[in-house]
Order: sequence, then structure tokens, then C-alpha cells
Amino acid sequence: MGKITLTSVRKSFGEVDVIPSLDLSIEDGEFVVFVGPSGCGKSTLLRLIAGLEDTTSGSISIDGQDATDLPPARRGLAMVFQSYALYPHMSVKKNIMFPLKMAGMDVAEAEAKVANAAKILNLTNYLDRKPGQLSGGQRQRVAIGRAIVREPKAFLFDEPLSNLDAALRVNMRQEISELHQTLKTTMIYVTHDQVEAMTMADKIVVLNAGRIEQVGSPLELYRSPANTFVAGFIGSPKMNLITGAEAAKHSATTIGIRPEHLDIVADGPWQGVVGLSEHLGSDTFLKVAVAGMEPITVRAGGELNLHHGDRISLAPQAGKLHRFGADGKTLA
Amino acid sequence: MARKITQTRKTTVTVIAWIIGFLIFFPILWTILMSFKSEGDAIKAPLAMLTSHWTLESYGEVQERSNYLRFFMNSVVISLGSTILALVIAIPAAWSMAFVPGRRTKDLLMWMLSTKMMPAVGVLVPMYLMFRDFGLLDTRTGLVVVLTLINLPIVVWMLYTYFKEIPGEILEAARMDGANLRSEILYVLTPMAVPGIASTMLLNIILAWNEAFWTLQLTTSDAAPLTQFIASYSSPEGLFYAKLSAASTMAIAPILILGWFSQKQLVRGLTFGAVK
Repeated sequence: MGKITLTSVRKSFGEVDVIPSLDLSIEDGEFVVFVGPSGCGKSTLLRLIAGLEDTTSGSISIDGQDATDLPPARRGLAMVFQSYALYPHMSVKKNIMFPLKMAGMDVAEAEAKVANAAKILNLTNYLDRKPGQLSGGQRQRVAIGRAIVREPKAFLFDEPLSNLDAALRVNMRQEISELHQTLKTTMIYVTHDQVEAMTMADKIVVLNAGRIEQVGSPLELYRSPANTFVAGFIGSPKMNLITGAEAAKHSATTIGIRPEHLDIVADGPWQGVVGLSEHLGSDTFLKVAVAGMEPITVRAGGELNLHHGDRISLAPQAGKLHRFGADGKTLA
Repeated sequence: MARKITQTRKTTVTVIAWIIGFLIFFPILWTILMSFKSEGDAIKAPLAMLTSHWTLESYGEVQERSNYLRFFMNSVVISLGSTILALVIAIPAAWSMAFVPGRRTKDLLMWMLSTKMMPAVGVLVPMYLMFRDFGLLDTRTGLVVVLTLINLPIVVWMLYTYFKEIPGEILEAARMDGANLRSEILYVLTPMAVPGIASTMLLNIILAWNEAFWTLQLTTSDAAPLTQFIASYSSPEGLFYAKLSAASTMAIAPILILGWFSQKQLVRGLTFGAVK
């Protein structure tokens, strides 16, 4: 079981409100991703749940029990840190066994659990090594191993992949997702990378300046962002946000259209000149300058033969246009 | 552009360094040389002294007149005892200052260090009276206590700078893994800080071994360490240079050897955190 509920949780450091009052409910077995720009309070929120920071007010309950004042060790949660935070003086085996030793588990039983975790994570051949002798990906797996042996109520991940190179990041991302499928334990994952959020989450919590901007499944956030912040943050490349006269035509302050929802047509409403074209093979990203509008990004087919200075005409796909009011919120 | 280092410059600097090193070491060298002379030769002019007959007689006499081993054992007990006690107090203190600092932690550290700047003689009378009233005069316990108190600020400071270098996330990981404060310090912090603790310990042993003010004031015979052993050779009947030198050599030899073998640790300990 691992249902976590935050009620009116607030955190301030001195005069600064890092997290103004916030409510959030995380269901058992869910994979929840906290995403937002750096400094938005997502790591602080995770640390509040972990018990590494005290709440200024409000309450946190885990499986219906009030955990607000419980020390981290007694919350039954496991955490994987950005820096891995392995114990450098202990072997991989001792690192993974440490939480079991702290729980006073019988040595034989603990060793069996470590062996099992090592098997799941492909660490069997490295059990006698020290963390310093491992690669970044292996260290990350040790950190995960140390978390899974405890059989926690929930896993907390604090930007666990940001120290890895791009290729390894994709692999580890999939491994963590598979781990979630296998264990079916609640996971809370903090990242500033919206691709990680989109690919891994059952539920995404978008944070900005300590406030929750929107909570929903990846596709919900993609399809119906609640405001311009979420619209701009979720999706890659970013949604085009257009203000001014063009927005006014749709009786909105801002309109938004995703790069993949723009078609290059013979005679569309928006005429422009190609500025930059990025050929990725599978896709081509075009930056198009349209008179009277912000530069527009277009996602087009891979083997498109368009270059700097070419004139093109664009048309937004039907029903894909988002409208936002003066306060940035989506208009019905 | 990197500064150009010519061969001449390198040689000059090396020679100067050796001269300075020699000057610093000279008193110790002279003491050692003098200890191998007879009492009569020891007071001769330097050149005449060097060319005179070498002998071990001063060592023989010193050993005959006083029991070196007893003084030595007192020194060992006092320096080790005060070091261990200081570490037991300083490790948790430095932990809290490094990882859960309060608003006044910096001030507290400065204040602790400032006590080292006070002349010891300023508190001699009250200390002496307290020692007398508690029956601690001329006891090993008394010296262990006083040396612990004297060196505690330095020990706390050194450990504090070491602990500051340990990433807080590792301790947080330990907390998440179910470690209580005791386990956290015992299984995670201390093993990681072993090099730092070791050099702090070495330095403190040396400081305690060499401490002469309090050990001379607060002991007479039972707890007298090697400092008393040396001092006993400068007596009202006159100075006995050769025997004084022999006694001094015997007193500094153990710590010199310890220092020699652990110099790498010591230098690391003293300069740790100075450069990153």
C-alpha cells in the first residue's frame, strides 16, 4: 500500500514561501511525476514527503496515518538521490544491505534479498566492488537496489537521471518504468525534463513557483493544458503561443498551437519565411517568421526539402487551437 | 602565460628552502648531538664540542637517576586519554555544527577558538585551586581533563572542516534507510571521515605530548609526564647540558618518530579544505 495525501501543506524558509498551501493526493501504485522549471519547489515537495524537511503547516498522511511529524526512517519510504548518495566506504553489497541492517533483519534473509535485488538490477557481478569503481549507470542501479530491498510503501526519485549521459538516460528511464510495472509500488519522481515526465508518468503534477499548475495524465496535459504555463512546458518542441491581432481573431488574449499541429499547405492563413530548419531525419523542425506574429515552430516530415529563406504557408489543424484568456487560463 | 621557471631559480629556491629547514631543525639537531657528549665537553665552544669524544654516558646517568619509562607511560596515557576523550566529545559537536547549523554556529566556533588566544597563566590560580579541591593535583585523570579542555576547540574545528566536505545527501540517504542518529554517525559519517579523524587525532596527540605549561604546573611526581622529566634536569644546582639534552632527546624521540611516519596525514589534515 502506498497512498499519500498532502493537506494544506505549506513550506517557508524564513520569510520566503517556497510552497504556498497545497493539496495533493497520490493513489496507491501510481507513478507520479513532479515536473517544473528549476526552483519551482518540486524537490522541496519531495523532501517534505520524505521527511527530510519539516512542513511549516499542513499535514501529510501515508496510508491514512498522519506522518507529518514522523522521522524519515519511520515513514516507510525509500529515496533515490540525484547524486546517488551511495556510501563510498561500503561495497555494493553492503550498500544495498544497509537499510536491512538498520531494520535489524536476520543476515541470511538480508543476503537473500540483496541477491534478488542484484539479479533484478544486473548487479550480481559487482557486489564486492566499491561505488567508486562503478560507472554512473551502475551507481544509479545500486541506489535503486538500496531502495527496493526495503520493500517501501513508495519510492521517491529526486532527478535520478540528470547525472547520466543521454543514451544511458533513455535506458534507465525504461528500466525504472519496467521496475514500476513489476513492483506496482507507488513512485514519485521529480524531474525538470518534460520528456521524462511524459514517458514515465501515470499522473503528472506541473509545478511553478511552488504552486500546482495542473494535475493530470500525460495526454490530458498535452491535449488540454489548463493555462499557458502548462501549455508551454509540456510538449517538445514547445507549443507556439501567439498574442496580438491573430489571437484577438479567436477572441482570446493568447492562442496556442503545437508545432505538430501545423500543416504546410499551398494556401493557408499564415504566410511566412523559413528561418532555421533542423533536419533530424525522422522530423524537420522549422522556425518560420510570420508577419505580425511571434516566430512559429513547425514540426514537419523528415525528408522535407525546405531551406532558409523559402516562403511557405501554414494552416493550424482543425480543433487543435488552444485559447487562453488575459489571466493565462484556458478559455472554455 | 605560465610563469617561467628557470633552472637557476629552481636551484636557488631549493637551497633557500633547505637552509630554512635546517635552521628550524637546528635546535633539535644540536640537542641530539649534545646528548652524546660528556658534561664537560658539552659546555665547550661549538667546534671543540663537535670534535670531542662521543659517549653514551649521559643516557646512562639519566636512566639511572630517573625512571624514564614511568614518565613515558604518563605521557602516553595523558596524550592518548585526552585525545580519545576530546574525539568522543568533538565528533557529535562537529556533526551538529556541520550538518544542523544554527544561526549562532559560526559565532560559537569563533568563540571556542578565541579561548585558545587567552594566556593560560591567566587562569592558573583558579585552575590550581579547583584541582586542589577536587583532589586532581598530580593525577593522570586531572591532566587528561585539562588537556582535553585545552585542545577541544582545535579538535572541533578540524573535524568541523572535515565534516563540511561530506555531502549531506549521503547522511540523508542513511536517514531514509532507517538509520537513527547514532547509526548515522557510527556507520556512515565516521567511516567516511576516518582520514580526517586520524589526522586530527595525530595532531592532538602531538599537541598533548608537547604541552608543557599545565603538565609542569599540575604534576609533581605520580602523574609527571616527559615534560617534567626534562625540566627536572634544569635544577638549582646548575644546568647539566648533556643530561638535559639526553633527557630531551628521549622525550621527543617517540613523538618525532610518530610525526615522521604520519607526516603525510598531518599535512593533509592541517591544510584540508584550504584549497579546493
